[in-house]
Amino acid sequence: MTPDTTHGLHLDAICIALDGRTLLSLSTHVQPGEILTVMGPSGAGKSALLAYIGGFLDGAFTGCGRILIDGDDLTGIAAEKRRCGMLFQDPLLFPHLSVGGNLLFGLTPSIARRDQRRRMVEQALIDVELEGFFDRDPATLSGGQKARVALQRVMLSAPRLLLLDEPFSKLDSDLRQQTRRLIFARAKSAGLPVVLVTHDQADADAAGGPVIVIGEDSRR
Amino acid sequence: MERRTEDNPGRPLANGKTVSCRFSVSGVVLVMIGLPILAGLAGTVGPAFGLLPALGGNHLTLDHFAELATQPHLLRSVLISFATAIITTGLSLAVVMLFTAGYAGTRMFSRIQHLVSPLLAIPHAAAAFGLVFLVAPSGLAMRLVSPGLTGYDSPPDWLVPQDPLGLTMMAGLIVKEMPFLFLVTLAALPQVPLLQARHLSASLGYGRTRGFLISVWPLLYRQIRLPVFAVVAYASSVVDVAMILGPALPAPLAVRITGWMADSDLRMRFLASAGALLQLGLTTAAMVTWLALEQVGSVLLRRMSGSGVRKADDRLLRRSACAVMALSAALVFLGLATLLVWSVAGLWPFPALLPDSFTLQPWLRALPQAGVAITMTISLASSSAAIALLLAIGLLWQGGHRSGQAMGSVLYLPLIVPQLCFVFGLQILSVTLGFAASFPLLLFVHLIFVLPYVVLSLSQPWQALDRRYETLAAGLGKSPLQILLQIRLPMLTRACLTAFAVGFAVSAGLYLPTLLIGAGRIVTITTEAVALSSGGDRRAIGVYALLQTLVPFGGFLIASLVPHLLFRDRRAMRI
Repeated sequence: MTPDTTHGLHLDAICIALDGRTLLSLSTHVQPGEILTVMGPSGAGKSALLAYIGGFLDGAFTGCGRILIDGDDLTGIAAEKRRCGMLFQDPLLFPHLSVGGNLLFGLTPSIARRDQRRRMVEQALIDVELEGFFDRDPATLSGGQKARVALQRVMLSAPRLLLLDEPFSKLDSDLRQQTRRLIFARAKSAGLPVVLVTHDQADADAAGGPVIVIGEDSRR
Repeated sequence: MERRTEDNPGRPLANGKTVSCRFSVSGVVLVMIGLPILAGLAGTVGPAFGLLPALGGNHLTLDHFAELATQPHLLRSVLISFATAIITTGLSLAVVMLFTAGYAGTRMFSRIQHLVSPLLAIPHAAAAFGLVFLVAPSGLAMRLVSPGLTGYDSPPDWLVPQDPLGLTMMAGLIVKEMPFLFLVTLAALPQVPLLQARHLSASLGYGRTRGFLISVWPLLYRQIRLPVFAVVAYASSVVDVAMILGPALPAPLAVRITGWMADSDLRMRFLASAGALLQLGLTTAAMVTWLALEQVGSVLLRRMSGSGVRKADDRLLRRSACAVMALSAALVFLGLATLLVWSVAGLWPFPALLPDSFTLQPWLRALPQAGVAITMTISLASSSAAIALLLAIGLLWQGGHRSGQAMGSVLYLPLIVPQLCFVFGLQILSVTLGFAASFPLLLFVHLIFVLPYVVLSLSQPWQALDRRYETLAAGLGKSPLQILLQIRLPMLTRACLTAFAVGFAVSAGLYLPTLLIGAGRIVTITTEAVALSSGGDRRAIGVYALLQTLVPFGGFLIASLVPHLLFRDRRAMRI
């Protein structure tokens, strides 16, 4: 069966190598709203895979293969033009901007009017139960609140897919479940294909999508 | 931040003995820098209001300010100095900012870094002379296009350098201040999460430059703010570059004040003091203006990030910034090459690109006289750099540099208060107290300017050294002093030598303090070279400007060679 390349994320014969040694090679397809989980030990190239998709693979690695999103070929396009939303282990909120400033930074420029931009950011805060946090200093937020702001920042940028690089690994277990549920729900309702890299089997179970294990030469 | 309290093997454990000792080094440094500046300022303020008993000034008066106000074209001098400060700082910072934004973390960045770093060691005056030889009507640039493109068979009658608006002077300052700002930016870069911020802003669709400016620059700028203000202060009060490249009638304020100070009529000292206070006000005004510009910049930046505009394609902007950086470095090197050619030129008529003949005559003529100045430059520079290095090691070892904002501000004071305003006062004080111009006095004054640079240069590698080495040594039963002498200093040999070379270069390039405190009796290569600028002997200028460059360069050469010799058999120490 030929995969449907006009919807979702299509990874076509991707391979990542370091010093001539192939770390991983895979071909797969992620439907809109589906979460692909990539698991494997450290150094297996999980993060390199995300970097390759996002367009900032370190020069030490070499990558090959095509990345298609909704039929558009992203391969070779500059990172800033790919619209691959990323969430990292740390929320990476800019310490010199307010919470609202961080979200405005993410909000797509297609909304140009200042009052409208402000309103959209306020709404985004309400959506994650952070009403009235616009002028807060990000440093005063709790870990869970920071994670939610980081999520909204990337969602406001109107990404075409989401890349999650162990975004829950630094949260304690209660918070972890909540945040995970929130991020997955948001990605599904927005119909975004998601690639999740994780160590944690519970993440994979919660994602409920296909799982690829790399670095052990086994695949489920 | 947390490490400030405990895990800080950089300083010895706090027992009574070392605590009392700790106060001493940072205390010595505070007194050594703070006191002369305060005393110097007082020594300037007094005469400005008519108080200078040695010259019969016994009562308060505003006459000298009135006299100052009647000086011809004073306002123009002030305005040129003010514009120079703002434009020089603004343009240098803008280029460094855009270049860093576009390239930090790339291979091009380290390439430009290697090109630009040596520029810091070239004295301002030498770079300025090089520029003169390039852009003057009979300079290399004109020869390149004449008579082919211009039709000129003799040099045109243009007022360049010394153009009335001071544009050449600004250019000369910019090519030297850009490397300075670039290197302080470089030193601050490891302290910001550059790579993460780059990935994040790229994943949100931001272009390299815009993403960097919004996400990283505010953090970076906070760290380089003091050096930026040092550039404002320097550009507003510079004397040597202004004498060589600046307008003549009227000259920038600082040049005119220096003229009054050196006037053989001692009563001009009152006028000079009043002028120095005006200079202080001018520099303060330039800094206040810069503060306002900072506010404007931060509002613009917030607008930029709030608007969400991505500007994903910024190649043109990036490449222009890169081109300006490379071009300015090339200008300085080309200028030095032209100096070299002039220093060995026989007859060199105008449109010819190269001299008709080459001769060593200019060198043979200059060297016997220059010998005294070279010896003095080297002894002044090496002793002030050595003392500064010892003080810096003591300061860092005891953690005195971290004793809050006070130490940092005092260290920067000599770079932020215009030299003119307190060195002149110091000179008046030393004359009043009966000190003649002497080597120890001049050495002490040089130390005020050398010490900050040596501390700044050494402190980063000092803090970057893996603390576990010292923990390990302490576990083996070594005392803090043993650890310092046997572990830390040997491992930091290269950094110490580099700091020494930086101090050496600063001392060798000091013009105004040497001129005023040396009182014409102690001369260095730099004072001799600048003195030649009013004459027109290009060959002599070539020789002196090159000597002025070679002396500090020797310091850096030694700093890079010695570790190779010392650690021949230690691969990890050679880098």
